[in-house]
Amino acid sequence: MVISGGLAEAVALALLASVLVFAVMQPKGMPEAVVAVPAAGLTVLLGLIPPAEALQQAAQLGPTVGFLAAILVLAHLADAEGVFSWLGSWVAVGAAGRPGRLLALVFGLAALTTAVLSLDATVVLLTPVVFRTASTLRLRAKPHVYACTHLANSASTLLPISNLTNLLAFAASGLTFTTFAALMALPWLVAIGAEYVIFRRFFRTDLAGRGEPHPPPSGPVPWFALAVIAASLVGFGLSGLVGVEPVWVAVLAAAVLAARALLRREIGVIGLVRAADPLFSLFVVALAIVVAGVTGNGLGAALAALVPTAPEGVAPGLLTLLAVAGLAALLANVVNNLPATLVLLGALGPGLHPGLVLAVLLGVNIGPNLTYVGSLATLLWRRVLAGGEAAPTLREYLRLGALTVPVSLGLAVLALWLALTLGRGWLV
Amino acid sequence: MSARTVVAWIIEGTWEATVDAAACAATPDRGETEVLLLAVVDAAVSEAVHGAFGGLFGRRGHDPGDAVAAQGVEGTHELLVQAEQRLDLPARREVRVGRVEREVVAACEHADLLVCSRDGDRSRLGPHSLGRHLRFVVDHAPCPVLLVWPDTSPDLDSIPPPPRHR
Repeated sequence: MVISGGLAEAVALALLASVLVFAVMQPKGMPEAVVAVPAAGLTVLLGLIPPAEALQQAAQLGPTVGFLAAILVLAHLADAEGVFSWLGSWVAVGAAGRPGRLLALVFGLAALTTAVLSLDATVVLLTPVVFRTASTLRLRAKPHVYACTHLANSASTLLPISNLTNLLAFAASGLTFTTFAALMALPWLVAIGAEYVIFRRFFRTDLAGRGEPHPPPSGPVPWFALAVIAASLVGFGLSGLVGVEPVWVAVLAAAVLAARALLRREIGVIGLVRAADPLFSLFVVALAIVVAGVTGNGLGAALAALVPTAPEGVAPGLLTLLAVAGLAALLANVVNNLPATLVLLGALGPGLHPGLVLAVLLGVNIGPNLTYVGSLATLLWRRVLAGGEAAPTLREYLRLGALTVPVSLGLAVLALWLALTLGRGWLV
Repeated sequence: MSARTVVAWIIEGTWEATVDAAACAATPDRGETEVLLLAVVDAAVSEAVHGAFGGLFGRRGHDPGDAVAAQGVEGTHELLVQAEQRLDLPARREVRVGRVEREVVAACEHADLLVCSRDGDRSRLGPHSLGRHLRFVVDHAPCPVLLVWPDTSPDLDSIPPPPRHR
């Protein structure tokens, strides 16, 4: 059965909605792929996109999900080697019992962790360490923990590996790993700086007082894992020059750490597979196919009409960049930023100016701090599931988001425009 | 007559001053006194981490919010043990979890005195020396409140001059 026209668009939207609702609710902790994969199958069966296009989508996403899995494994094994607790101990020493210094160090650590090992690593692995650090120093943990959750989003703009959204857009941008980083460096710094200034003011009473000093860590330094991470960064930088896809650098780095952990029996094969999270990769591919069904049937054209694109070959102006980033941020708050990225990239089509792709990424990455978790749907569901009890504690967090996001996003887009202007001719 | 209850609200960063003031207030010559060392784990912190994990759409694995919630309770118990050692008087310890300001007020329901320290700006006398939670507690406490400066209090000069009237 093949459907078309308005009915096709409605069915495609219903399929996407069912995937998203299921992913938010996670009934009985079932994997998101349980609904996403059949929905992708229906998208093809109902002729919402041609089978060849679906296959092409899946093939194109191969390297992206490979990259994702490699980075997840890399971060997991780095944690198992003790990298994060070692870093936490040094941050505790450096803070010398002073909350303001601790915040500055946490900002640096969370920004670098997010950039190098992705936002997942910051949320899942670094945040508990930072909490423990603050509590060992007998300091209030709130500003430091909130810094981690905020920077996991707003510092995830620097490298293609920092966020899955970047990985998805990286191929579409036509940039190399190094030019991506060069163009995003200034927006990254500016967004972090803006957050820092606002955090210092917002939490000024929580940052009062003095904690206890901390002795230097006595355990072994995780040299091997640190060296592998550093080498992979160098590899990413060189990948564009020698014509190697950066995904192989990530796979090699993960393989080296995995081989060592396997040989020392610190992890089993099952543990490795779990760290790579293959069901998540499957979900991403299925979601992309479902989204292609939506953007290919009218919504794409409608969204594209909203976006003031520049003629081909002409660099987008500041206002265009702001509009695109704003739209992306808005969409990332209505649905999650992962579907938002897929929808926008699908709608704007291939051959997009790299500047516009980067503006989309600033929006979908920084924007989610505006609402609780970057998804209004998740926020509402969590409230419902918590029986309304969680609601009051959200207010402060929402206020912080409302203060930081417009400022850091606006300034980051300005910085991107500057970088595009300065880099014209040799970067883009 | 039942014993007096002195609640000492322990907050990171300023707890020593609170304990010392509670020790003064609970000296035996004031009659039989029970000290309750109270600390509240702010539920908003683990809630935010749960939220951040929820934002990682489709990601499997352990929710770090659970670890943060558990560590919060554990770390706060340790802090209270440290406070009891400093107090050097028999005391009860209580850790609550939830909205900090509400929990403190609720814990003071039958108290005869609440002891706490200014937790904000210590460089000058003024309203900024009270954080948001402490402000609420001072305004709503159902018992007398002893509010101390964590270290030495700032000079009177730190108060800005009164506005000039024509």
